[in-house]
Amino acid sequence: MDIERHEFDVVVIGAGGAGLRAAIEARQQGKKTAIVCKSLFGKAHTVMAEGGAAAAMGNVNPADNWQVHFRDTMRGGKFLNNWRMAELHAKEAPDRVWELEAWGALFDRTKDGKISQRNFGGHEYPRLAHVGDRTGLEMIRTLQQRVVALQQEDYAVHGDYEAYIKVFAECTVTRLLKDDAGAIAGTFGYRRETGRLMLIEAPAVVLATGGIGKSYVVTSNSWEYTGDGHALALLAGARLINMEFIQFHPTGMVWPPSVRGILVTESVRGDGGVLRNSEGKRFMFDYIPEVFKDKYATTEEEADRWYTDQAGNRRPPELLPRDEVARAINSEVKAGRGSPQGGVFLDVSSRLPAEEIRRRLPSMHHQFKELADVDITAEPMQVGPTCHYVMGGVEVDADTAAASVPGLFAAGEVSGGMHGSNRLGGNSLSDLLVFGRRAGAGAAAYIDGLERRPAVPDDAVAEAQAEVLAPLERPGENPYEVHHELQRTMNELVGIIRRAGEMAEALEAVEKLRERAKGVGAAGSRIYNPGWHLCLDLRNMLLVSECVARAALARQESRGGHTRDDYPDMTADWRRRLLVCTAAPDGTSVNVQEQVQPSMRADLITLFERGELSKYLTDEEMAEYDLAVKES
Amino acid sequence: MERSLMTQTTAESPARRQRAQLKARTLRTDRWWLAPVLTFAALASFLVYGFWAMFDPSYYIAPYVAPFSAPCLLEVCPEGARVFGFAPIGDWFPLPPGVLVLGLPGGFRLTCYYYRKSYYRSFWLSPPACSVAEPHGKYTGETRLPLILQNVHRYFFYGSVLISAVLTYEAIVAFRNTDGEWGHMGVGTVILAVNAVLISAYTLSCHSCRHIVAGRLNHFSRHPLRYRFWGLVSKLNARHMLLAWVSMYTVLFADLYVRLVAKGIVTDITFF
Amino acid sequence: MSYKAKFRIWRGEGGEGRLEDFTVEVNEGEVVLDIIHRLQATQAPDLAVRWNCKAGKCGSCSMEINGKPKLGCMTRMSTFGEDEVITVTPMRTFPVIKDLVTDVSFNYQKAREIPSFTPPSDVRPGEYRMKQIDVERSQEFRKCIECFMCNNVCHVIRDHDENKQAFAGPRFLMQIAELDMHPYDVADRQDSAQDEHGLGYCNITKCCTEVCPEHIKITDNALIPMKERVVDRRYDPLVWLGNKIFKRSAAK
Ligand SMILES: Cc1cc2nc3c(=O)[nH]c(=O)nc-3n(C[C@H](O)[C@H](O)[C@H](O)COP(=O)(O)OP(=O)(O)OC[C@H]3O[C@@H](n4cnc5c(N)ncnc54)[C@H](O)[C@@H]3O)c2cc1C
Ligand code: SF4
Ligand code: SF4
Ligand code: FES
Ligand code: FES
Repeated sequence: MDIERHEFDVVVIGAGGAGLRAAIEARQQGKKTAIVCKSLFGKAHTVMAEGGAAAAMGNVNPADNWQVHFRDTMRGGKFLNNWRMAELHAKEAPDRVWELEAWGALFDRTKDGKISQRNFGGHEYPRLAHVGDRTGLEMIRTLQQRVVALQQEDYAVHGDYEAYIKVFAECTVTRLLKDDAGAIAGTFGYRRETGRLMLIEAPAVVLATGGIGKSYVVTSNSWEYTGDGHALALLAGARLINMEFIQFHPTGMVWPPSVRGILVTESVRGDGGVLRNSEGKRFMFDYIPEVFKDKYATTEEEADRWYTDQAGNRRPPELLPRDEVARAINSEVKAGRGSPQGGVFLDVSSRLPAEEIRRRLPSMHHQFKELADVDITAEPMQVGPTCHYVMGGVEVDADTAAASVPGLFAAGEVSGGMHGSNRLGGNSLSDLLVFGRRAGAGAAAYIDGLERRPAVPDDAVAEAQAEVLAPLERPGENPYEVHHELQRTMNELVGIIRRAGEMAEALEAVEKLRERAKGVGAAGSRIYNPGWHLCLDLRNMLLVSECVARAALARQESRGGHTRDDYPDMTADWRRRLLVCTAAPDGTSVNVQEQVQPSMRADLITLFERGELSKYLTDEEMAEYDLAVKES
Repeated sequence: MERSLMTQTTAESPARRQRAQLKARTLRTDRWWLAPVLTFAALASFLVYGFWAMFDPSYYIAPYVAPFSAPCLLEVCPEGARVFGFAPIGDWFPLPPGVLVLGLPGGFRLTCYYYRKSYYRSFWLSPPACSVAEPHGKYTGETRLPLILQNVHRYFFYGSVLISAVLTYEAIVAFRNTDGEWGHMGVGTVILAVNAVLISAYTLSCHSCRHIVAGRLNHFSRHPLRYRFWGLVSKLNARHMLLAWVSMYTVLFADLYVRLVAKGIVTDITFF
Repeated sequence: MSYKAKFRIWRGEGGEGRLEDFTVEVNEGEVVLDIIHRLQATQAPDLAVRWNCKAGKCGSCSMEINGKPKLGCMTRMSTFGEDEVITVTPMRTFPVIKDLVTDVSFNYQKAREIPSFTPPSDVRPGEYRMKQIDVERSQEFRKCIECFMCNNVCHVIRDHDENKQAFAGPRFLMQIAELDMHPYDVADRQDSAQDEHGLGYCNITKCCTEVCPEHIKITDNALIPMKERVVDRRYDPLVWLGNKIFKRSAAK
């Protein structure tokens, strides 16, 4: 079987926000760029994002600035974040959002005609640029149309739309290829439509493949989220960090079963929705953790006043960071105060006029009406936690988004560090833009510094080819069975609340599934064969699941998206330790190591008050802080 | 052009440029033919009535003028049937007065975006219903003569604003009694008044109207008054189809009523 | 509350194929896409279907269910009788790759032919000031999830493949309207809408509006207003004269 071959300067894997922004940047810097994605162009996961993109533009509350945003991000991530990333993110997000507007995005407006911003959990001021509850769609469409605009420019000059930027839609990358010196030399994959194999030679690859949610049963993620980028990076020798931190979004749909896990946007709460248990009680007041005590309202009256007067009141506890809310819901349900279908009640109907709900939350209204026969303007929704986002990912250099493998870059959900142990809502969309752009620029700069193009070794291609075709050549087990089993395992044993014994059990189960996965086979032809595709995705899901379980077992504390029943407290000592996963090139063994978290730069750490920091940092670190304060 | 057709997804096998080879004209299982059949019947019966009414001479009985013949612009028209007593056309026009004026409302409805939809579907079957194949081999839509003439719709709209004004005038005049004194109200008055309101609402809800009022602007915020009107017209416009049908039947009914009274078949009940 | 439903699904590659019968379990609250997934997992692992979000947000799962264009993920099984045979076929207007998956490259090609957003050269990012009421019309059109069902159902190309060259389809005529109404767009789009993208082919029979899963009023709010704008430019002597005299662009 012949292999289709292409040559580019930069291959961007993923056409979500991060991938498109990276590709745009690479092309704007004159690099010949390929975008490869598993779905059609414009369908990537980013399209599903609802709430908004966080950027401290200060349009609604002028007190907002990058320092406040930086503090919120660090707080949300329980100070485990890569602070340099959090800093760049907070500083650059406004420019990235404004840039979208110049490319045609139409955000909702303030009275004076600026971009409107909404409240979201963990953000001190209204900060999320949004369009109703379909911000991700607006973002991806804008970036998609920007790509087309660049193609039109190229057409005008070169007579070819694809002279400098080409989209390979419905193509899956299965391996990153390296030259003999260990630098990235290209990507190997197949076209989903035809089954044809495809090799793209390129000295730089940007991973922007998103998350890993499909390893769980209850998830807001789509089939694309099989952790491909995480696995590709591991197999290429890169390092993953923070893999134990998985965000369970507190509000996913719980009924009907077939839509279990589909997201109910946080804007519902940002716009006034409240959580109640079966007794009708607004239970979140009972779950305000010590570290947030002085930032959240303690009475319903104060919480309600906040929606109209944010300066004089503290915010409602429904807007605590997601990990807190998810755990609270989990406890309520466990204590038998859940809703009939096993969630809790989320109610806006009694809080806003019907007309207003339809205007502010149109797609939620639509989603519940169509899928659950529930009219959210008249009755409460039932919601429960759902696997939503992985904080962990490829370890990258903050400024260039470069991974440890030369020529490999990563941005977006597939990269790790930026969000620490827990991501704030709205920080992902802005993350995609900020680091997507940096990855594109980083790749371009890397290529400029290269003396020669790395060559793809033939044996690597042959190996990759054999790997891809194997499932078609054996009549094996149905891959759907193995997938379901893995999802159940992860959901039950490495879910929101974790225990050492269960995780060890999970690791055993994953090991067994890995054996079974070697025997799965696909009937049918190579043309658009979902069974075959799933066989190939299993490798990635298993690898990533193992990383999650191993890292989770290693971290003996509870923090953000990692809650241990057997180690319920957060410890300052563990804050300094990052867990790094690596794997053997054949993917057989995952190795977890500890690494020291570098200390924050003095001008950044002094942005915080002593009282707050002392809840997170070791005494040693506090001494450094005191010194920094004295010097400044 | 030709090459870029394939660029998004290259590497095609030759067979893939073909649609699903389904023979059925439609796989719809609902009664998709019902709507076009009903529309056809309704529109056809209206046409038949209109044709008859054009030539029917009993279009006036004081104080009522049959809407299909209003305004009466000929000298043959009785004094009371003329608008402010004018007969600008004089007496050279040989056909009944209805023929002279019916072209305006007729053309308005003929080129109306809603009626276009309904007769393209029900008369021309283009398409008879959604995802039901149309029977024509070739299709050029409204790109060339004669259908490109549909674009004159806004002139019919301007004309119809006048017609609405006339109908309103006739309705007001119907508050006079047979001797021309104010203070009369009969069933006919009510019918004519309702008709005038609905015809005006239909006229205002016109897409061209919506465009002229403010739709052509890109900055509503710089024209607050026009934007307010646009909001109003848009609300009506959302019900344009409903108004089209209702006003079509009220005008038919009002017209028939006046003629029946004029012919002495029905006696107009007077309230005061 | 589960029962066995009867499905007839188009199977085959490259347009050749047949309707195949399946009997499959249906549970409460499920949608057509769930059933297709169940078939994949149990009876036909290579049954091809596109999907992503399963929540009507991405526009991947367009198909024809009992002859009507629908999103598989938003069509609830409870809308059918338990003994009804449900026929599922790929979108008719586009060539079939396999089973329910069609080659929608027509749409991407058309998207590329529409000149992109063209702001004035002197506004920098961050300086844009637009009132909510000025962006609302275009915002409605930007709700589009590109399911391409409107282009699929539009008889101009569904029944007349030869018109594909001249006609951009409702999705992209709507995009022209969106840009033409954008407060900051300075490109001239009215002539090209008529001459290059085939606005005149539309006979406003509204099937696009009927199938749009986002409930965008494509015909009333985009196509007809665009036709009116074209009339301003091309067919209305009064507007033309007015522009000559007052030397200002009526559409701005
Ligand atoms: C329901 C929902 C709501 C959300 N709401 C918000 C919100 O309001 N605000 C916010 O900030 N964040 C939100 N998020 C999170 C945010 O949307 C995602 O984290 C973000 O979109 C990820 O973007 P990305 O660019 O990293 O990847 P994605 O947009 O997921 O794109 C991944 C791309 O990689 C491609 N890909 C993957 N594997 C391969 C492979 N092997 N070969 C080739 N291509 C591959 C895929 O096809 C896809 O194009 C939400 C997420 C969900 C699920
Ligand atoms: S209204 Fe026009 S564009 Fe829409 S389906 Fe009908 S003919 Fe096609
Ligand atoms: S306009 Fe509606 S029907 Fe057409 S592609 Fe967009 S969402 Fe689909
Ligand atoms: S009267 Fe129907 S659109 Fe003008
Ligand atoms: S799967 Fe996204 S719209 Fe149906």
